[in-house]
Amino acid sequence: MQYHRRSVIAAGLSGLAMSVAYPGMAWASAATDKRFVFILQRGAADGLATIAPTGDPDYLPARGDLAQEALTGNKLDSFFTLHPAMVESAKLYREKQARFLHALASGYRERSHFDAQNVMESGAMQPYGRDDGWMNRLLSLLPAESAKAMAIAPAVPLILRGPVPASSYEKSRAKGPDGDLMQRVAMLYAEDPALSSLWQDALAADAMANMQQGQMRGGAAIGSMAAGLMSGLAGARVLMLETNGWDTHSRQKGRLGNQLKQADALIAALRDGLGENWNNTLVLVATEFGRTVAFNGTGGTDHGTGSAAMLFGGALKNGGTVQADWPGLAPANLLDNRDLRPTMRFEAMVTGALSDHYGIEPGQMKKTLFPDFV
Amino acid sequence: MTIAKAIAMNRFGLGHRPDYGSSDRQQAWLLDQLIRFDPSPQVVAAQPSRQAIASAFQSYRMDAKQFRNMRKNKAGTEDQIAMLEAQRKESRKSLQNIHMEAVDARLTVALNSDTDFAERLVHFWSNHFAISVEKPPVVALSGNYEFRAIRPHIMGKFSDLLFAAVQHPAMLLFLDQAQSVGPSSPMAKRISQRRGKQFGLNENLAREILELHTLGVRTGYDQSDVTELARALTGWTIAGFQGGPAQRRLAESAKTGDTVFIDAVHEPGQRRIMDKTYGAEGADQVKAILSDLAVHPATARHVAMKLARHFVSDKPPEKLVNRLEDDFLSTGGDLPSLYRTLVEAPEAWPTPWNGAQAKFKSPWEWLVSSLRALNVRDLPTNMKTAQLLRQLGQPVWKPGSPAGYADETATWAGSAALMRRVELAERIARRSADRIDARALAPQILPGVLANNTVEAVARAESPSQGLSLLLVSPEFLRR
Repeated sequence: MQYHRRSVIAAGLSGLAMSVAYPGMAWASAATDKRFVFILQRGAADGLATIAPTGDPDYLPARGDLAQEALTGNKLDSFFTLHPAMVESAKLYREKQARFLHALASGYRERSHFDAQNVMESGAMQPYGRDDGWMNRLLSLLPAESAKAMAIAPAVPLILRGPVPASSYEKSRAKGPDGDLMQRVAMLYAEDPALSSLWQDALAADAMANMQQGQMRGGAAIGSMAAGLMSGLAGARVLMLETNGWDTHSRQKGRLGNQLKQADALIAALRDGLGENWNNTLVLVATEFGRTVAFNGTGGTDHGTGSAAMLFGGALKNGGTVQADWPGLAPANLLDNRDLRPTMRFEAMVTGALSDHYGIEPGQMKKTLFPDFV
Repeated sequence: MTIAKAIAMNRFGLGHRPDYGSSDRQQAWLLDQLIRFDPSPQVVAAQPSRQAIASAFQSYRMDAKQFRNMRKNKAGTEDQIAMLEAQRKESRKSLQNIHMEAVDARLTVALNSDTDFAERLVHFWSNHFAISVEKPPVVALSGNYEFRAIRPHIMGKFSDLLFAAVQHPAMLLFLDQAQSVGPSSPMAKRISQRRGKQFGLNENLAREILELHTLGVRTGYDQSDVTELARALTGWTIAGFQGGPAQRRLAESAKTGDTVFIDAVHEPGQRRIMDKTYGAEGADQVKAILSDLAVHPATARHVAMKLARHFVSDKPPEKLVNRLEDDFLSTGGDLPSLYRTLVEAPEAWPTPWNGAQAKFKSPWEWLVSSLRALNVRDLPTNMKTAQLLRQLGQPVWKPGSPAGYADETATWAGSAALMRRVELAERIARRSADRIDARALAPQILPGVLANNTVEAVARAESPSQGLSLLLVSPEFLRR
């Protein structure tokens, strides 16, 4: 069976004229209440298990046990099935607040996590091609109110590094230091520009996070904390968070199920925590590359190429759809005889989704976020 | 040359101690450490053997299995099930304890050593050949890995270190090598005929050897080199650590926890890697390949770059990297020669001290140097090393990725991470404040590099404890 579901957006950015993809859209300056969250799955999440192409006749033979498990998930359409652990995501999909994209990849074609993440975060054409990240460049397009950016991480990750200030936050387990010491530290750093700016960020984030502390755990706790950091007038409007543990070389079944359950809970907690603001929010979940179509000898999958991405949010356009120009999993259709062949570029997908979200003309969005992209 | 002393102590060493050598020939003092280094100090020697760790892991597996079976088959009374569950938890805890005690041992050595340049090298190599306890079977083996595979080899050839690291059970388990089976090996054929069950390759270790341990990424190898190396590696597994088909083929002499090579699991045939054909069969095949990788020019470049980055700056001077590279190539990867080149490199000894351009200490380096500055020899029992480092963002032996922890300022200089350091400085300073005057300590731990701003902040502190806290988080002390 041939599956063709190339969407407006995928089509528009695959080279067709932009006017086809965006008929008569007015390009206003971005509204101030929009929010954007990027969740990076570090370690190459298996898109073929997350959004399983159960309608592809070559999927079952390649995946055995894991494909059987996939069949028990929520059917998205006649071809794709969502992993059974992603219960809340399935609900969002039915409410047209989720859209899935498949067979996509950045321009990177090797299989190193670190290089692939570098490309995905910097938006460069090759590893270490740029020192700044595309989320930071996005900030330059937004009015100051919408450009308050933060990463939930010990330090600002590459994706948010660049000329526009962004901060990072990580929840402390210990009780904070006393106020007097904090002030003296500020004075101690006065003549050290790098340290004094880090310290200002640390103080601000601490104050904000203390306002919203939940009792939840795992993915739900992170989602709720993220919502807290985005609340109120001073809250972040652009947020990046990273999840680890997706590198499933062996015994993938149980490990991936748990990872996806946590991711699902994170998104649900973000939705609940944002309340009304969910309607202004776009969430993008993506990973640096996919995994091999076939199982390896140890119940896992090795590094591959094409993968899947997920969009969520009350502000989402074209929800309730899976978009893919499906290349097929027959051995002859695979990349290097092993990987899902990408037919959609990650950079194009980001450009399209963010143009829609912020109402910024796609050409300008593309030029700013991915200046090296041709 | 007071700045030289600060550099010897902080950049090459792990920080000041009151009894630190007072020689004014700093380079000679550092090089002498390479000779005096003790690969197996008492606290390390006292750690459990690989066999003991493997048995502990086996009994945990047995307890867990028994518990699972009984619960599934509802075979016992509630009391019996509860007892088995308690037993399983207990044996899991004993694995955790082996890890925690190893972390404590690592810290104890770092705090007490007077060959701290060599200790820093141990930490460097352990991170280069990173394992991560995020995988449960690695937890109890983590300390043994650094103590037995890294420590004894840091003064040898790079190839010694490579062999020892990639053949240690912790690495074989972390990168899934232990279960990898040659698809055409005698064992895979027999089992798939009999049971229709598939066994096969896992290329994780092969890829990371090429990308991270030897040649470095983007140095000319391709997917077929990875697959070929994965085939060559089949056969290496661990006696009695996990189940699996290979276990019945073990020689009787194999001790539980030993790395063994099992011919029946090895993929037969010759291998072609980096345009060279390797005909030797069995264990010799992969040894020949690793020996070549260990002295490859790309490996020389990769190692030179990492060492220069660690000791000099995030973007080390090209000339220094070239010298290290030449040195590696001409000596066949003799590690002490590289260390000598580094110590003698003028680039590593800037005058005046380059302040904001200096290396930003990693959490481990910062914690160790803070405790050494306060002459703490052992962490009090109510402060767990492993926990402190988790809070600081660098849990020991848990980088979460085979690339290890990054060695650049951008990784560690985060606002949240800085807040953790201030919090912890306050906690550890409070314990030493009645013995140590921060005003007197400051010029000793930061000779020649102490800034007026810090001197004043310490002097104006409202309490001795606050003065010490400020010293430990001062811009100069955060860097090396």
